Amino acid sequence: MSITAKASNYLDERTSISGAVKEFGRKIFPDHWSFLLGEVALYSFVIILLSGTFLTFFFQASMTPVEYSGSYVPLKGVEMSAAMSSTLDISFDIRGGLLMRQVHHWAALLFVSAIGLHMLRVFFTGAFRKPREINWSIGFVLFVLAMAEGFTGYSLPDDLLSGNGLRIIDGMIVAFPVVGTWISFLLFGGEFPGGDIVGRLYSLHILLLPLIVIAFIGVHLMFVIIHKHTQYPGPGRTEQNVVGYPVLPVYAAKAGGFFFIVFGVVALFAATVTINPIWSYGPYDPSPVSAGTQPDWYIGFADGALRLMPPHLETYWFGYTWSWNILIPVIILVVFLAVVFAYPFFEAWVTGDKREHHLLDRPRNAPVRTAIGAAGVTFYAVLWAAASSDIIATHFKVTMEGVINTLQILLVLGPIFAFMITKRMCLALQKKDREIVLHGYETGRIVRLPGGEFIEVHEQIDEFERWQLVSFNDNAPIMLRPNPRGRITSRMRARANWSRFFFEDRIAPVSKSEHMEALEHAHH
Amino acid sequence: MAKNEKAGSDLVASTSVNSSVELGTAVVAPDSFENPGFPAHRERVTDLNPKKMKRAERAVYVLFYLSIVGSLFAIFAYMFFPIEDGDTTSIRLNTLFIGLGITLSLLALGIAAVHWGKAVMADKEGVDHRHPVRGNDETRARAVEIFKEADEESGFSRRTLIRNGLIAAIVAFPLPAIALFRGLAPMNVDPNNQMKYTMWKKGLRLTQDPTGTPIKASDLTIGSAFQVIPEGLVDLPEKEMLNAKAKAAVLLVRLKPEDLKWADPQREAWSYQGIVAYSKICTHVGCPVALYEQQTHHLLCPCHQSQFDITEQAKVIFGPAARPLPQLPITVDAEGYLVATSDFTEPVGPSFWERSK
Repeated sequence: MSITAKASNYLDERTSISGAVKEFGRKIFPDHWSFLLGEVALYSFVIILLSGTFLTFFFQASMTPVEYSGSYVPLKGVEMSAAMSSTLDISFDIRGGLLMRQVHHWAALLFVSAIGLHMLRVFFTGAFRKPREINWSIGFVLFVLAMAEGFTGYSLPDDLLSGNGLRIIDGMIVAFPVVGTWISFLLFGGEFPGGDIVGRLYSLHILLLPLIVIAFIGVHLMFVIIHKHTQYPGPGRTEQNVVGYPVLPVYAAKAGGFFFIVFGVVALFAATVTINPIWSYGPYDPSPVSAGTQPDWYIGFADGALRLMPPHLETYWFGYTWSWNILIPVIILVVFLAVVFAYPFFEAWVTGDKREHHLLDRPRNAPVRTAIGAAGVTFYAVLWAAASSDIIATHFKVTMEGVINTLQILLVLGPIFAFMITKRMCLALQKKDREIVLHGYETGRIVRLPGGEFIEVHEQIDEFERWQLVSFNDNAPIMLRPNPRGRITSRMRARANWSRFFFEDRIAPVSKSEHMEALEHAHH
Repeated sequence: MAKNEKAGSDLVASTSVNSSVELGTAVVAPDSFENPGFPAHRERVTDLNPKKMKRAERAVYVLFYLSIVGSLFAIFAYMFFPIEDGDTTSIRLNTLFIGLGITLSLLALGIAAVHWGKAVMADKEGVDHRHPVRGNDETRARAVEIFKEADEESGFSRRTLIRNGLIAAIVAFPLPAIALFRGLAPMNVDPNNQMKYTMWKKGLRLTQDPTGTPIKASDLTIGSAFQVIPEGLVDLPEKEMLNAKAKAAVLLVRLKPEDLKWADPQREAWSYQGIVAYSKICTHVGCPVALYEQQTHHLLCPCHQSQFDITEQAKVIFGPAARPLPQLPITVDAEGYLVATSDFTEPVGPSFWERSK
């Protein structure tokens, strides 16, 4: 027996691993660039774990005051917390330390971006439909956890910028009815800023949150295996099969190689582009602040929501203070996130479709869903832009008030316009698909007929391309009929209304008879 | 409504196609196209041309060796581009070269593996069959049976006292943990009381931030502004200092007395010859309102762009803040130094629930 055979035998007799190889070794994974977005998220998380572990060996999560004595001259002798001082040491006194800090920060930004894009891909292709609704929810939780990880990490160096970020969070917490003041006191160990918050955020950032993230990633991937991956529609692909490349060897090579490519790109950014230069902000002090403060990108939508509130929104009821200027943005954000979370369940209720869906939708073939997605993206984008209102104003030489007022209007009208335009675009694209199936494509060949008439010759597309254009899910609004007890309940009425909203404007796929008719017509 | 009725007939027609699973609003047309099956396999250029295959193979192993070069380069960069004390260029070079070495090592490795998979490994697409996610009827029946048996054997639904006892105990057991978390905040301190008062008190001098030098009224020319902290703040221990400063920071401005408009005439006495002191902590979420615009006498918060008008008792003129900045009553002492005549008369900073209690 060869040495590998011996080793495999040794292992299998103790672990029964041959079963796993048999089960998963040739498992098929479909191929598409958009399936890489989730991989980017996973890989950037691995990069975060690796670089983060390195940083923990040097970082001191303590707010004990020390006098900075490292090699960054402008801050020499300045009183600051051990957290800030050790972060400066990582940046200026440990070889490769700054590189690792920047790898960690860039990978974190990439992590949240990749999750966001992955969610958009899943949304616009309808990959969240049965049986994957629960996996959407798990992914959503991961998105929120990623933002929490980002925020807790961002606050650790105890620099001026992150300190102001914490100040804002504290300002929001204390505005909460009944419990706000106490939550703030419990979080900060007394009054803001106190001496405890960095240590507490550190426990969350490196222990509790990563554990939960890893657990959820585990479940998320387990479901990917149980459900098998979705695939885009195409000739030969059905709801009953998966077409693609086997894990061993092709998928392993491509996915494994892709990890190193993602890591390489992050390393390139870290080597060449500065991120979060805390030394230029200085240690936290409640009095100064620099103009043009910006949170990390994924917190922007929350910060923007705060900025868009009109003045004077505060009431005194029953002797207590109700800070609507904080509560309204918080409610808006929570509702927005709740809608994202609940959408798959809502759409499933409206369609009442209980089949499993493993073939993805092309976004145009689900016009209202795509339009809802576009409206959501617009809403998020306006909030996000609002977080840079001051920078927009100074860069484009417009007034701050003008920027804010414009964005306030856009926040309401933008999603509505985005919805309408996107829906019409989808329907137009569907019409174009129909047109191509029925009348073929334009060949660019101009022919002169005996009668002197010029025509452009149209050519029928082949059956594989045609399948691409005619194989999609078609839905029609339900007709409201009384239930067996002869009643129409308000629930039934609501569902009928929603189904009308979704499917009233409908382009059905070309059927064989329609196609035949069109062909005959063309011959006459 | 005509559309709806047509949809209904479609539905009736379609449900008969597959009666086991509900289709809902989905429409399955009876004469839709059939799946044409897989198109003919297209050979890659590396399958058709052995020369191209050779070249691809070479690219893959050259990249793997290049990756090793990158790793070694990073190690050499670590050794030969040390950080020298106080030299920022050395930090930049250290970061850059170690980083570029690692980048080369990772990218070459990754691209090589992907290229191997795409161009060299056998291009054989496979097909897996899918099974419904639900367990088959037999499995499900057995699962139900197991629960029934377990219920029978344990008496979970029969012995209700035991069952309810279990549920109640499980609900109760984490409660001590919640109590333990009370220790996160200091005992015997009422947050609401602490948040209502600052360090300022009658006779305390206004001093410059961060030096702690007292300020004379004559130090301020018209139009000038000072960042102010209370006397003695700088001598506090660091931790207490930041907490105190987070509430007591003040912005001091001198305007022409006739420019100041007093909606509340009593508050004119809180100023001194056109010198007014306002809390620097934004009433929105607590950022320092650090930007003073001399021409318009507006204070701007850089975090969320709330604007306050100094000439009108710091009332909110734009942005999300709801309340004016609290005013610190000031006067001068016998030596001509500016002093507070009391603490702020209302809590400073962001609004909190018990603020008006």
